[in-house]
Order: sequence, then structure tokens, then C-alpha cells
Amino acid sequence: MRRRNQTRAGQIFDIFNHFFLVILAVACVLPMLHLLALSFSSKDAIMAGKVGILPVGWQVDSYITIMKTKAFLDATLIAFVRTILGLVINMLLIVLAAYPLSKEESSFKARPFYVWFFLLSMLFNGGIIPTYMVVSYTGLIDSIWALVLPGAVPVFSVILLQNYFKSIPQELCEAAQIDGASHWRILFKVYLPLSKPVLSVLVLFSAFNHWNSWFDGMLYINTISKYPLQTYLRTIVVKIDPSRVSNLRDLENICAENTNAAQIVLAMIPILLIYPFLQKHFAKGIMLGSVKG
Amino acid sequence: MLNKGKYVRSLHLMMVLPVLFILIYNYLPMFGVVIAFQDFNAAKGIFQSEWVGLANFQTLFRDPDFLQVLINTLVISFAKMVAGLVVPLVVALMLNEVLSSIFKRLTQTIIYMPYFVSWVMMAAIIISILSPNGGLLNQVLGIFGIEPIYFLGNDSIFREIIVVTHVWKEFGWNTIIFLAALAGIDAALYEAAIVDGAGRFAQMRHVTLPGIAPTIILVAVLSLGNILNAGFEQIYNLISPLTMHSGDILDTFVYRYGMEQWQFDIATAAGLFKSVISCIMLIFSYWLAKKLTGYKVI
Repeated sequence: MRRRNQTRAGQIFDIFNHFFLVILAVACVLPMLHLLALSFSSKDAIMAGKVGILPVGWQVDSYITIMKTKAFLDATLIAFVRTILGLVINMLLIVLAAYPLSKEESSFKARPFYVWFFLLSMLFNGGIIPTYMVVSYTGLIDSIWALVLPGAVPVFSVILLQNYFKSIPQELCEAAQIDGASHWRILFKVYLPLSKPVLSVLVLFSAFNHWNSWFDGMLYINTISKYPLQTYLRTIVVKIDPSRVSNLRDLENICAENTNAAQIVLAMIPILLIYPFLQKHFAKGIMLGSVKG
Repeated sequence: MLNKGKYVRSLHLMMVLPVLFILIYNYLPMFGVVIAFQDFNAAKGIFQSEWVGLANFQTLFRDPDFLQVLINTLVISFAKMVAGLVVPLVVALMLNEVLSSIFKRLTQTIIYMPYFVSWVMMAAIIISILSPNGGLLNQVLGIFGIEPIYFLGNDSIFREIIVVTHVWKEFGWNTIIFLAALAGIDAALYEAAIVDGAGRFAQMRHVTLPGIAPTIILVAVLSLGNILNAGFEQIYNLISPLTMHSGDILDTFVYRYGMEQWQFDIATAAGLFKSVISCIMLIFSYWLAKKLTGYKVI
């Protein structure tokens, strides 16, 4: 703990400092509280603009309605399946790519070639149209695989993990080799158990990315009933221009602001559940060198 | 050494799947950019369509809308870059001055939270708060007798809204990076500064800031690669025909031309332009980061 000699100016500074930080924290949490309040408020109170951070005209019908809405439940299920599928594929490929990359050039001559192969894929991309065409040619359009295969290898995570692998003493690997262990065995029995902290960071990031992705769903999925949750939410909740309110369904939507809010609240729950873990491992992940590029 | 060939072969074997996926979904699209030089016809496909040289690029750069899109992209991303550096730095320095570890941890926990909410949900919240029909902000302004304002329908403040909401959602990330760097400063330096009679502001100027200067430079330099990323996910969810003039950016332009109007050739040309500039900026930023701070990507 830093010692400090308290002057009068220092005390005033401390008061203002705490004050501003509290304001900042409130600014970050207030919108979420407002959303929560909206989801429990009556439609009339919302229309009249009475709802602040506490519910007005308490009701839970909005949640009951959603629980009976098949589209919402289907989209949630798809989001869960997508997250788990994407997570498994991501982790498997990250681990498989990171291990050979972590080897010294002296024992793995092709390493520089692979390094450049991965680096180039990060530096340049064809853009969304050519990528869309490849996804289309490989027959993934309108299938859940379109959401997990195009981003199957997160290169930044691969680099992070190979950096961590490099810090594992080479003698461990050599000793295991003398005992006759193959690289596969060394990777799964020696390296992975030693890498739990960094692996948990990568698992959380991958899961969080898959849960929150919506654009790929909009791009590659044509059937609305196959949308993952976030893409589905976009079609329901993001309505800006009042002049777009042209038909009855849209009008209903605007009136149903409490059910809309409730859907967002429910979509946030999984994130809030893993948030404590995310936060715990977060700083660690960054210390390992994951400055977002 | 033992049977070395077998060992190396298994390393190559591990690489097969990752390389295959990168090859298909990262490298194959790179060849797809040839559409940018074609009069692309979906029926004829990529191999039969007629070549037109740079005609698509000429069309783009003669289009006043596209030039406006470029300006919007640069202005928005530059403002985000500066605000996204300054705000987290100030917040990290402020948090660093807090002695109570409970207060510090609680504040951190809360300010990182918006980072983990998707832009779809965030946009819905922002739209609701800024709504002219009983939105939270207009409720507050109403107390002071101000008539409801349709914030998201106002082209002249759209960029400001974009930058502010971006900072609000994302500043937690860089704040953690700076806090991690602050935690790494040797406490003995502060002791020495106190012995030399340095007050708290002198400590901040002569110990804290120099201590995290490499991190500040690194974050700033690495953000150069994003100079043409003005934030598709955010803007696409917040833009409307009313705010098209000041809010339309390269990515929304590409998406609109490609996926809504099905003009693949023009859209790919705009996308290729972006990819080339981004690639140059990325290489430059990695080079600069290595030169200034010794940062290595791999």
C-alpha cells in the first residue's frame, strides 16, 4: 500500500475523485437498471414516460408472455447450441495450432512458414462479400455451421496460447519424450494441465463471443426461425425511425416495450452469470499479452 | 535424438485442421477480391464474368456519397481512437488514487460490465433511453422544461452520440490494460519520490505517467490498424435514413451495396480498398510498436 502525506488539497482531490468515480459507475449501471425497471412496468406507465430506475405499475406478464413465445425460446436454444459447438471447435483448433507454433525453430523447421501463414491471415482479409461467397460455396448458408466454421480458428487466441506454451520449461517436454511420449500425449497430458489459467480465459472469451454475435446470423441465415438469440433480438428490438411504423405488427412492438425489455434482460443473464469469472481472469488474460489488435 | 521424423510429422499433423479452416475461410476470400475488377454477374459466376479493370474503383471515387462515407469513417474512428485512449487513461489514474480496495474493486466491476453486452442489446437500450416518446433522457430534460428531442434522428449530433456511446461501452477494456500497467510500477519509486518531497501530483507526473508511458504508446499505436474500422456493429444498429449523411461508414456502405442491393462488384471494390489500407496501417503499427516499445506479435 502506498503511503501518502495528506495535505488539504489532497483531501479535496480525494473527495472529487470518489465523487466522479461514483458518477461514472452510476452512468454504467443506470441504463441496465432502467431496462430492468421497464421490463417490470406496465405499458401505460412506459408510454407516459413515467419509468425511471424503479418499475411503475408492477407486472410480470411480460416475462410470462416471453416464456410462451416460441420464437424467443427457439432462438435461445440455437444460441446455446451455437455457443457450445463454437466453443468446442474453437478450443480444439486453438490448442492444436498453438502447440506446434510454440516449438523452437531448431526442433520444428517449418515453424516460420506457419507463423507467416497465421500472421498473414490476420493482416489481410477479403472483406464480407468474398467471405460470404465462400461460405455460400461451401454450402453453409442457412445452417448453424455457418456460425461456427468461418471463425473456427481465432488467430489471436492461438498466439496468446503459444506464448504461454513457450514459457513452459522445454526440459519437461524433453523428459517426456525420452520416456517415449508422443507430441499428442505431451500436449494433452503435460501442456494442457499446466495451462489452466490461460485456457480458462480463452474459454470465456470464446463463449462470450459466440453468445454475443449477431451479424453472422444476419448475414448467413435466411430463415428467421433459425436465427440465434442476438440476431433474433435485433429484428425485434432495434427500431429507430418512427416513420418505419407502417404496419400493425410494428405498432404492437412499440407498445410492447416491456416485453422487449424483458427479452434483453433474459439474454443478458448468461453473461451476468459468467461475468464474475470473466472479470477475475480478465486482467490475467491481458497480462498475458492480449492487447486487442 | 529419438525417431525425430515421426515427432516432426505429428507436429504437422496437428496443424492440418487449423490450416485447413484458415485456408478456406481466410485465404480463399482473398482470391475472391478479383470480383472488384469484374462486372460481376452472379449467373456467370466468378470465372465467366467480364473483366473491367479499375472501372468499379472509378465509379466509387467519382461518387460523392462514397467520399462522404470516407470522411465519416475517418472522423468517427479518429474521434473514437482519441477518446478511447484519454478516457480510460484518466479513469485508470483516478482509480489508482483510490486507497479503499473495496471501493476500487466495486467500481472496476461495474465499469467493465457494458463491455460484455452485445451491440444489439446496447443499441436497444440506447434507443430506449434517447427515445423522444418518454425516453429516460427526455424525462430528465422535461424536468427543466425542455421539449422532447429526437436525438437519434438528428444528423448534426449523430457522430457525437456514436463516439460517446462507444466510449461508454468500451472504455472498461483499456482501463484494465492501464490498471494492469499501473500495478506493475515499482512501489519503491513512490517511496523514493516521497522522500524527495514529491506531492501526489508530482508523483503522478514523475512516477506514474513515465511508468505507464510504454503501455500508452502501445495501445495508441496498435489502434492505428483500426483507422478504417468506425464500428459497424454499433452504427448499423443506430443509424436511420435521417442520419445517413453523417453516419454512413465504409462497412455499412459495403453491406448495403453488397447484401441489400446485391451489387457485389462495387461492394467488393469498396471492401478491398478498406482491406488494403487497413493492411498497410496494421503493418505500420506493428513495426512502430516494435520500434518504440519492443512489442512482438508472435
